[in-house]
Amino acid sequence: MPSTGADPKAVPTELESGSAGTDRATSQAGTVAAPGRGFSGQGPRPRGVPAWVWALPPVAVLALVFLYPLALVVQQSFTTDSGDVSLAPYGDVFASEAFRSALGTTVWLALGATAGCLVLGFALALVIAFVPFPGGKAVAKFIDVFLSFPSFLITLALLFVYGSVGMANGMWTGVTGASEGPFDFLTTPWGVLLAEITYFTPFVMRPLLAAFSQIDTSQLEVASSLGARTGRIVRQVILPEALPALAAGGSLVLVLCLNEFGIVLFTGAKGVTTLPMLVYSKAILESDYPAACVVAVVNVAISVGLYGIYRVVSRRAGA
Amino acid sequence: MNSGIRFDAVSVAYGGNVVLDSLDLTVEPGEVMALLGPSGSGKTTALRAVAGFVRPVSGRVFLGGRDVTELPPYRRGIGMVVQQYALFPHLKVAENVAFGLKAQKAVPRAEIPGRVAEALDMTGMAAYAGRYPRELSGGQQQRVAIARALAIRPSVLLLDEPLSALDAQLRSGMLAELARLHRELPDVSMLYVTHDQVEALTLADRIAVMDKARLQDCGTPQELYRRPRNEFTASFVGNANLLPVEVRTGGGVRFGEAVLKVDTGDAAAGSAATLCVRPHLVGLGEGPNALRGTIREVQWRGSTHRLYVEVDGRPVKADVRELRETPVLGAPVTLHFASQDAVLLGAGVGSGG
Repeated sequence: MPSTGADPKAVPTELESGSAGTDRATSQAGTVAAPGRGFSGQGPRPRGVPAWVWALPPVAVLALVFLYPLALVVQQSFTTDSGDVSLAPYGDVFASEAFRSALGTTVWLALGATAGCLVLGFALALVIAFVPFPGGKAVAKFIDVFLSFPSFLITLALLFVYGSVGMANGMWTGVTGASEGPFDFLTTPWGVLLAEITYFTPFVMRPLLAAFSQIDTSQLEVASSLGARTGRIVRQVILPEALPALAAGGSLVLVLCLNEFGIVLFTGAKGVTTLPMLVYSKAILESDYPAACVVAVVNVAISVGLYGIYRVVSRRAGA
Repeated sequence: MNSGIRFDAVSVAYGGNVVLDSLDLTVEPGEVMALLGPSGSGKTTALRAVAGFVRPVSGRVFLGGRDVTELPPYRRGIGMVVQQYALFPHLKVAENVAFGLKAQKAVPRAEIPGRVAEALDMTGMAAYAGRYPRELSGGQQQRVAIARALAIRPSVLLLDEPLSALDAQLRSGMLAELARLHRELPDVSMLYVTHDQVEALTLADRIAVMDKARLQDCGTPQELYRRPRNEFTASFVGNANLLPVEVRTGGGVRFGEAVLKVDTGDAAAGSAATLCVRPHLVGLGEGPNALRGTIREVQWRGSTHRLYVEVDGRPVKADVRELRETPVLGAPVTLHFASQDAVLLGAGVGSGG
């Protein structure tokens, strides 16, 4: 094949242009591109350029903007202040009370918010999908828009309503003449939980609404003619068919909640320290980069681990 | 047990659009009633009114003498089979069949496996109890759907185009199967919605012909086929030549130049009417009621030839036994039919309201 001879020539030129940034990017692009050469030699090439060449720019960009910084973070997490490579930063961080409590807070907040989102999202999606009411279509559309809102917007809105000088407390003090209103939960973990559930519920509803639209309404009708009431139909017909969507939405929300930063910051809950908050305070406030990187690596590991579990579970469930 | 279905002036409308107009119809206990009509004729709406999925704007629906108009679907105790099977995909065949028994709570738990086996036996699906619906063919899935509907021992079985999703060969097999089930379950009233005249003629004790949201005609298949009351029934139940004729004084009718001796009943002389003659009752050659015309089209259908003959500017169809020599297009030809094979449809009746 005459064109095979062109391949080796194409590789260096492409690598040179792609590696303008760093050495790491070059090696990354090189290793990924290598297997592609074998394929391109056999298949038809209508445009004369090997197919793997097209994969180089995105891989190079990915390496430059994502993999390289990630590698730096990991590297930093294994480096002590004096520049030695060791596991000492991990030992220090794992031993610290701040990290343990942040890990605990992060996990229970994420699990709680996920559970709340699943329950609330399932109920709301059921109503929107199966109970015909005027404006139902508009509500479904609004959920799409809601997904594009920044997370702190919800927290701000909650501050307006339940904050120490918010509407609810203002009404209370206005009516009773008391100096303080009864609503001060916003700066506690419960406030964060409420804000996260409010913000992330649509992330569960979106896949659920898609799944519900796939359910054959004649199944629901046959079930009811067989004597099943609404509760049984929801439990035995709708829920089993919605499980993959629940798993997808739930795991997405779980990962997002684990990494949520804006909501926690904006509630002004000083006592609520999650892993991302810990990274922020270590890195920006204390300039303790190794510790910040350790926490960040732990956070990434939890997220990736959960994603892996989700993939395994969802594949086994046949989703 | 008194089963049976009665529609008492049932009307259904969606947003001012009347889809079922004052239906009066009674399905006797143990009877198979086919609701036959084109799409949009209101036949499915009538079935959904019985099941409780649509609420009539007026009129009452009775099941076994009981007014069920206000009852929700789950309290009506009706078996239902739909075109797309609607099996629950995550439940095995046996669990699908047990669904209604568990939901109704009328049967002790210990008896459920026996009832499931009985229902599966009845439809010949006992060997597939442990399979999932996706592992079955379309015909098998429909058998499971029927078993699921029968497991609750309903007094009324609703079938909504149950064979439309099956191919032709399976369909005729399932027709025989449904006829057998009807014989084995003589107490169950069935309401069978279809647009297929063969299914209706084969299976039904009586056929209700529907068009444009109204009941057009109702009778036994033989009555509707041999003595249709209007043009719609004549053309929808079987094939028909509908010839515009004029009633003559002193009996008989005039079709173009030809004078035909048919029973005119009490039709007024001089009035316009429609004469219905089934194509397979039209013979080739001279005979009584001869019609002379020109062959315009010939279709060979294996056992028969379908001739399209132009008589006095009107097409007349004739199904004759396979001819040894295919007739030549444009050749003159004479057709005839026996007087008792023709039905005079009253003027005005045939417009189909």
